[in-house]
Amino acid sequence: MNSITASSEWTSVCRIGEIVPDTGVCALVQGEQVAVFRLAGDALYAIDNIDPDNGAAVLSRGLTGSLGERVVVASPIHKHHFDLRTGECLEAPQHGVRVWKVRVDGDLVQVGRGDR
Amino acid sequence: MTMKLVVVGNGMVGHRLLEELAALPSSGLDVTVLCEETRAAYDRVHLSEYFAGKSADDLSLVTPGFFERNGMRLRLATRAVGIDRAMKRVTTDGGNVVPYDKLVIATGSTPFVPAIPGNDRPGCLAYRTLDDLDALVRWGGQSRHGVVVGGGLLGLECAKALRDLGLETHVVEFASRLMAVQVDDIGGQMLRQAIEELGLVVHTGKNTLRIDDGETRRHRMVFADGGHLETDLIVFSAGIRPRDELARLSGLGVGQRGGIMVDNFCRTRDRDVYAIGECAQWGGKVFGLVAPGYEMARVVAKHLGALLTRRQAAELPEFAGADMSTKLKLMGVDVASIGDAHGATPGSRSYQFSDGRRQVYKKLVVSGDGRRLLGGVLVGDASDYGQLLQMMLNGLELPESPESLILPALDGKPKAGPAVDALPASAQVCSCNNVSKGQLCAAVAAGADTIDALKQATRAGTSCGGCVPLATQIMKAELQRQGLAVDNRLCEHFAHSRQELYHLVRVGRIKRFDDLLARHGRGLGCDICKPAVASILASCWNEFVLQQEHAALQDSNDYFLANIQKDGSYSVVPRMPGGEVTPEGLIRIGEIARKHGLYTKLTGGQRVDMFGARLEQLPLVWEELIAAGFESGHAYGKSLRTVKSCVGSTWCRYGVQDSVGMAIGLEHRYKGLRSPHKLKFGVSGCARECAEAQGKDVGVIATEHGWNLYVCGNGGMKPRHAELLAGDLDADTLVRYIDRFLMFYIRTADRLQRTSTWRDNLEGGLDYLRDVVVHDRLGIAAELESEMRQVIDAYACEWKKAVDDPQVRARFRHFVNSEAADDQVAFVPVRGQVRPATAEEKRGRLGGIPVVVETE
Ligand SMILES: Cc1cc2nc3c(=O)[nH]c(=O)nc-3n(C[C@H](O)[C@H](O)[C@H](O)COP(=O)(O)OP(=O)(O)OC[C@H]3O[C@@H](n4cnc5c(N)ncnc54)[C@H](O)[C@@H]3O)c2cc1C
Ligand code: SF4
Repeated sequence: MNSITASSEWTSVCRIGEIVPDTGVCALVQGEQVAVFRLAGDALYAIDNIDPDNGAAVLSRGLTGSLGERVVVASPIHKHHFDLRTGECLEAPQHGVRVWKVRVDGDLVQVGRGDR
Repeated sequence: MTMKLVVVGNGMVGHRLLEELAALPSSGLDVTVLCEETRAAYDRVHLSEYFAGKSADDLSLVTPGFFERNGMRLRLATRAVGIDRAMKRVTTDGGNVVPYDKLVIATGSTPFVPAIPGNDRPGCLAYRTLDDLDALVRWGGQSRHGVVVGGGLLGLECAKALRDLGLETHVVEFASRLMAVQVDDIGGQMLRQAIEELGLVVHTGKNTLRIDDGETRRHRMVFADGGHLETDLIVFSAGIRPRDELARLSGLGVGQRGGIMVDNFCRTRDRDVYAIGECAQWGGKVFGLVAPGYEMARVVAKHLGALLTRRQAAELPEFAGADMSTKLKLMGVDVASIGDAHGATPGSRSYQFSDGRRQVYKKLVVSGDGRRLLGGVLVGDASDYGQLLQMMLNGLELPESPESLILPALDGKPKAGPAVDALPASAQVCSCNNVSKGQLCAAVAAGADTIDALKQATRAGTSCGGCVPLATQIMKAELQRQGLAVDNRLCEHFAHSRQELYHLVRVGRIKRFDDLLARHGRGLGCDICKPAVASILASCWNEFVLQQEHAALQDSNDYFLANIQKDGSYSVVPRMPGGEVTPEGLIRIGEIARKHGLYTKLTGGQRVDMFGARLEQLPLVWEELIAAGFESGHAYGKSLRTVKSCVGSTWCRYGVQDSVGMAIGLEHRYKGLRSPHKLKFGVSGCARECAEAQGKDVGVIATEHGWNLYVCGNGGMKPRHAELLAGDLDADTLVRYIDRFLMFYIRTADRLQRTSTWRDNLEGGLDYLRDVVVHDRLGIAAELESEMRQVIDAYACEWKKAVDDPQVRARFRHFVNSEAADDQVAFVPVRGQVRPATAEEKRGRLGGIPVVVETE
């Protein structure tokens, strides 16, 4: 629980139309790299952009999809899968990433620090 | 107790014995091996591949460290010259004496050289060892014309070698037809025709009286019929003679026509001396094939093992003769002989089929009551060999009309052979390594579910490879029986194989991933099915991969049309068809790389690769490359990568065709073609093969008369030599065959399956592939060609489209909300260029925290 995360902490990053459906983009949010994804039905997800396995800022460029009930992105470097809802790395649990909050305001996509 | 074992000869059979001994549970053997040759055992059966580029190491049968690991002593270049049976010791040519408790003679055989005056002249050679082949290459270099004496199996193989060396080649045979032992008159005729069409000259019924000095060439062969033939080089390959001299000298029994006489345990008349392989004679016969030799090795290993553990000999395997059926390929012509090929069995009947146009001849010999197959001959098309052999060996009941087994199926569909289920468990499937159907099934049950795993577990198919199609069938049937059904589902989203999806896309004219998913799949898709389907869609319809509907399916490499590197930067490879580039082009590339700070390196596929481009630099770099006349090189795609070529006849003094021109033509034709995996081509201007085309998916090698087409080669992790699909093609036919081959591969391969693995798993193997591509057995050739035409017509440079399309271009930035660059991409200098900074180096630069310099 972190009550400091006020609504003023949301950063607008782009219009929803700027994200090709089923792909991601990378946004600069408070000095950090965040991967923002737009999936079927305009569901939005945001996680850290840097793949902890190798330090490359590439997760926004991965292929999205589902594995069982999970919604995932596959890192383009070594194809590790990250759960977009929890940030877990399925192949290497020690390499999980942070989840960011994301919402649409009008047609603006906004990202804020996650509280998980 | 230790037993001193001496093995004379480290040939194929002698070495197999050592392997069998090494696998025995009991130790207690002290083994010394005397090997006359300067190399340890190698694969003589595939000796001729030495000319096709295999090295002595490739042919070696010795796994690294074999002798050391098993504590066996190998003495190379050491010949045994005498056996003192009373003292139980062997003398070597160096005068050393090696004592034994048990002795195994595995000295093989030598080519028979007829007693013709002049047969020992310089330039009269043999064809048996690697040293022989080296000599042949040496003499071949100084000759234009060569003769092989002997038109049998080995003689014809040797003739091919001479032809490949570029000599005008003649075959001189004493009998009235070629391969007199294996095939009948008509078969021999058909074979002769096929071989003569390849440019060889065949003389049958020729008895050579003597060899003299020639007038125009080195030698003159004088024949009994008064004729003569002049030539530069003569190779004798007129049958084999067992090397039984040691046995003769030491009073071990030797057969009338040679060969050390042995009993069912391969023991000679002396209980402590065994003989195995081609030097041995059993039941009045010498076996000139490797499989019976391997069987003898197994028998002896078991026998020695029993002596060591003092077990009863009664339960031991005995040698019981061998089936001499053979199948081989002579200069691209299939020849097979099964069982009683000549119909020598009293009361037998025969069926024959011949097709003069395709040069196919088939004959079956069946029992008088028409119920059992006794033997057969196949020339020109031996694809039925495995099936017929099994029918004969296992005495399977013949169908009502046996001729249906050799008649071509009129509907073009492959014939249904007897189901593998009909084979008894005892049926020997791999005769080289004596593996039964039962053993294969057991291995499958134990988890071998790919043909590679099966080969490893059982050794089946690892020698001549002839049984691989049958073994694969058995494996599949067994998997199915065990309810393990071969799982070729693409992923959890599609319960179909890639091949099935391809079909669904084509037939349903599906053009969108979402459609396919809605109609045939479930879930959202994933990083396995999305690119696979993207590739299928591109192979079928070739729409722009970055079009909105397709963009989300592409791997990062295809999405940004560049190769992602470990730090998230990209590399860029402009196409240079055939590896040809103008000085101006090179200069422009140099300038562009310098301007954008890119690291440059040459690739093995004759390209310049530029590394370290940031996402936002890619369109800028490409704009300049396109202006300089370059196109996308597709180095990022599962598509045609490169066509490597040598300079060919344009410059090279050996070249016989314009290999660069051909390479450029092929590269332009197939550029942009999306396939299950990447494709690499090579084109060489002559048989010297400087472009290494035989290591490529498609290899083209120039001949005097046109082009030879090789397919399914591979370099990399699992090298595989490409195989000759068709020879001496004109340019048009060549291209048509490549069209068909590629489209057939694209239709039927699994996801990320290179042509080499695809081929290894193709039921029916090379013969089947040739049937489909060359003989159009499935009747789909025209369809394949027209599908290829569509793809070719739809080609457009992806980078040109990308830089011209503002929507696509907009994606080439790192942040959607900032012009800043990715701070995770950072470079440091190395050898005058740049390389990615390490994590350490980045921390020092990025942290904003002063770097603490630690001194020790
Ligand atoms: C070109 C060619 C193609 C062939 N193709 C086929 C084929 O397709 N299918 C098939 O089944 N078979 C084929 N064969 C036959 C096959 O190679 C032989 O059956 C097999 O090699 C026999 O093995 P071996 O150990 O008895 O004899 P070898 O392999 O000949 O080994 C005998 C070894 O003993 C050594 N030796 C001899 N005397 C002494 C001595 N006194 N002291 C020490 N060492 C000695 C010899 O130098 C030799 O290295 C082919 C053979 C050739 C030459
Ligand atoms: S393959 Fe032949 S033509 Fe090509 S460079 Fe080598 S020798 Fe010359």
